[in-house]
Amino acid sequence: MSLLCETPHPSRRAVLMTGGALFAWAYLPRFARAADNRDPRLIVIVLRGALDGLSAVGPIGDPDYAGLHGDIALSLAGPHAALPLDGFFAINPSMPVFARLFKANQAAVVHAAATGYRERSHFDGQDVLESGFAGPGHVATGWLNRALESLPAGDRVATLGGLAVGPSTPLVIRGAAPILGWAPQSLPAPAGDLAARVLDLYQHRDPVLAVALQKGIDADRMALDGQIGGNAIKPKDRAMKAKGGLDSAAGMRQAAQGAAKLIAADDGPRVAALAFDGWDTHVNEGGATGRLATLLGGLDGAFEEFEKGLGERWKDTAIVAITEFGRTARINGTVGTDHGTGTVVLLAGGAIKGGRVIADWPGLKPAQLYEQRDLAPTSDVRGVLKGLLAGQFGLSAAVLADKVFPESAAVKPMRDLIA
Amino acid sequence: MAIPASGSPPDPVLVALNRFGLGARPGDRDRMAHDPRAYLKAELRQPDIALISLDDQAYAGLPGSTPAIQASMAANFQRKLDRERMTATTAQPAMASALATPERVAHAQPVPPPAIPAKPAPPIEATLFRAEAQARLDKASRAEAGFVERLVYFWSNHFCVSVAKDNIVRASAGAFEREAIRPFVLGRFADMLMAVERHPAMLFYLDNQQSIGPDSRAGKNRRRGLNENLAREIMELHTLGVGSGYTQADVTSFARILTGWTMAGREGRLGEPGSSVFNANAHEPGDAVLLGKTYPAGGMGQAETALNDMARHPATAQHIATQLARHFIADDPPPAAVACLAKVFAKSDGNLRALAATLIDMPEAWSTPLAKMRSPFDYVAAIRRSAGPGPANDPGQSLNWLNALGEPLWQPPGPNGFSDQADSWASAEGMKIRLDIAWQAARQAKDIGNPNDMLDAVIGPSASPETRQAIARAESKQQGLALLLMAPEFQRR
Repeated sequence: MSLLCETPHPSRRAVLMTGGALFAWAYLPRFARAADNRDPRLIVIVLRGALDGLSAVGPIGDPDYAGLHGDIALSLAGPHAALPLDGFFAINPSMPVFARLFKANQAAVVHAAATGYRERSHFDGQDVLESGFAGPGHVATGWLNRALESLPAGDRVATLGGLAVGPSTPLVIRGAAPILGWAPQSLPAPAGDLAARVLDLYQHRDPVLAVALQKGIDADRMALDGQIGGNAIKPKDRAMKAKGGLDSAAGMRQAAQGAAKLIAADDGPRVAALAFDGWDTHVNEGGATGRLATLLGGLDGAFEEFEKGLGERWKDTAIVAITEFGRTARINGTVGTDHGTGTVVLLAGGAIKGGRVIADWPGLKPAQLYEQRDLAPTSDVRGVLKGLLAGQFGLSAAVLADKVFPESAAVKPMRDLIA
Repeated sequence: MAIPASGSPPDPVLVALNRFGLGARPGDRDRMAHDPRAYLKAELRQPDIALISLDDQAYAGLPGSTPAIQASMAANFQRKLDRERMTATTAQPAMASALATPERVAHAQPVPPPAIPAKPAPPIEATLFRAEAQARLDKASRAEAGFVERLVYFWSNHFCVSVAKDNIVRASAGAFEREAIRPFVLGRFADMLMAVERHPAMLFYLDNQQSIGPDSRAGKNRRRGLNENLAREIMELHTLGVGSGYTQADVTSFARILTGWTMAGREGRLGEPGSSVFNANAHEPGDAVLLGKTYPAGGMGQAETALNDMARHPATAQHIATQLARHFIADDPPPAAVACLAKVFAKSDGNLRALAATLIDMPEAWSTPLAKMRSPFDYVAAIRRSAGPGPANDPGQSLNWLNALGEPLWQPPGPNGFSDQADSWASAEGMKIRLDIAWQAARQAKDIGNPNDMLDAVIGPSASPETRQAIARAESKQQGLALLLMAPEFQRR
């Protein structure tokens, strides 16, 4: 029987043995910086529900846009004028931070993008987006986790593992590589050594739960005590869960705030995944103001919190926001949009070679639309993600095409995304 | 799964209480020990066992969905008036001062200092939601084994709505479960399907109340049109299942067929406000082809016929059988079990009582290791049943726990409901929160007897020696109870 039963107060060593071998970063000595002093990070934000790319970044220069998108089309005129990115595209006015970063060459947009999935089921679409497989039905591991797994043994990024934000782990980062889970919360912490005793019990009876609980405890301690970036998260920020949750505009901002502290630490994870739900805007979607604009404002707030919280690490960071597919180009009968195909990928961070909207614009004439209803995809989301993984972590095209995004050799990594 | 392999099948009483039910209350194990299968089957024979009857004193005061929605509509209208009044007063200060004639100024009293505003009453939707939540939690505590309640939660998640959608759904989500799910969990699938898809909460959640046939009278007048959300999710999630062979054209066609299924508005032009009605003016006229079959024009009956056909489709039987087996047996359910359930579903014309009885009779249900995780609601219910009720008549703590655990009541992230995979609930964050909750529950439990006796009452003789020892050596009764609530035998089912 266990050490613990003999001594009611577990030694630090006992705790280490419990979780340490599997997930040790909380206790590891601080890592030296890489030789070139670059210390890249990648943050993936999954927008579940299918973001209307044409309302996030409007092709206001396209003569057919205003007609198709009707009352919710973005425009450079009026009290809620969209913010111009270049002569053709303008971003929703609820995203001033992104527009500022774009001007500073720290944000970019890939437009008319889609994964290889061409049906219109959210759940299959999300599985394809997050698993990185060519088709639905693969729900055990995600591409971001397999990317970590594909790094050379002993690689710093691989050793430090990934961060999953929220009460459940997004598929994109599930898998064999070590993942830390964290979400803001506000319950009183257990007194005494209850945690150690439960961990000890799990070690003997349920190793899966032992690993999960150990990670949860580590993450909570790392995020909440002062050791992360010198700033503890204030108790009032922790109370967010009872309110709007991760998917409210305030929730997105607060999730990013907490995640930034964990990622910014020298010994914190270098990749992170967040999932925000609620982008399925079938009815009264709104354009420059309204429901979608509120959500986009939350996403913009998340970008701002990452910029603030990452401090000097921002310059080596890439953030990518992706969604399972786009929405119909023409608004539906209820001033919203139904499930579609092409949409946007949003990129931000000091590591991004920004100031560009990357698009092979397909046009919006009826014959140019996919199945005469959706923005036709001309860029593959996987190409963007491959480009980021190659640029940030040096993964080869072969590994990316085989292990990270299986059966995707035809999709080349998009070049020059990283400055 | 990483449960230590064990040669013998799990304790049948634990299977009945945890895999099928909501966990043991003190005494439950003794009551069912002689024949756990018969105990579960007896639940299936109790008439009206699934209902939350408003005749029952404990649930008196819960309104039906129609009055609940009417209350929400009235409150919405009042809120709008208040907003307009506020904008009007702040927008016209010049006018207000112009109206202040000398006489009125002369009679004006000194303005009293503003009183500290009383805490405003919660919105009616929140009050209704909490009352419904309290009823659901009470029912979970009062259930015998709780198998039928588990079936209610299964179907409620299968046909989920989300209160995050809007006030109408927030006001009626609980009534939706009482009206469209509970009466049918031991009835016919087709009847449940019909009750669900015409319920105002579902029509609102999946936007059908706004979908208008483009060639209908309303469509031509108002330049509004189709919304295919409900049609797609009925086919993909509620009946046939994704990948079962339907096309985008089928979805669009079904959306046309469903036009006119709506809810009567506040003015009551179409019927009693807040009730489910068919609006012929919004219904797309003409025949429609769906899944290769032509449905002749026929008003509301057109969609009823289509739904009945979908309820009997072989793909639906397969889809429901897989989900049921995944929920009650294992994440990757034994194919034989799925095939058996699908056969019973098809043969019995979707008789859900027969399906539930089949689950009880399945050898796989009693031999498969208890490797799934309790969902957050089942976990909270099991805590209340074993460690005693939470604060009286206040669901607040349980609701907060559910929020923290990532399964807020009647608020799934999407129309596919909450996950039914063990991994989703055994996350790092989720386990840390379970630890915090176990501690909070143990700290507030009244009269904890001997935690070792509680272990015997709740888990029984199959508890592992390690669990037994950990509880025996706890430093306090509270810690012992918290260890019981965290034990693998309490988490897994």
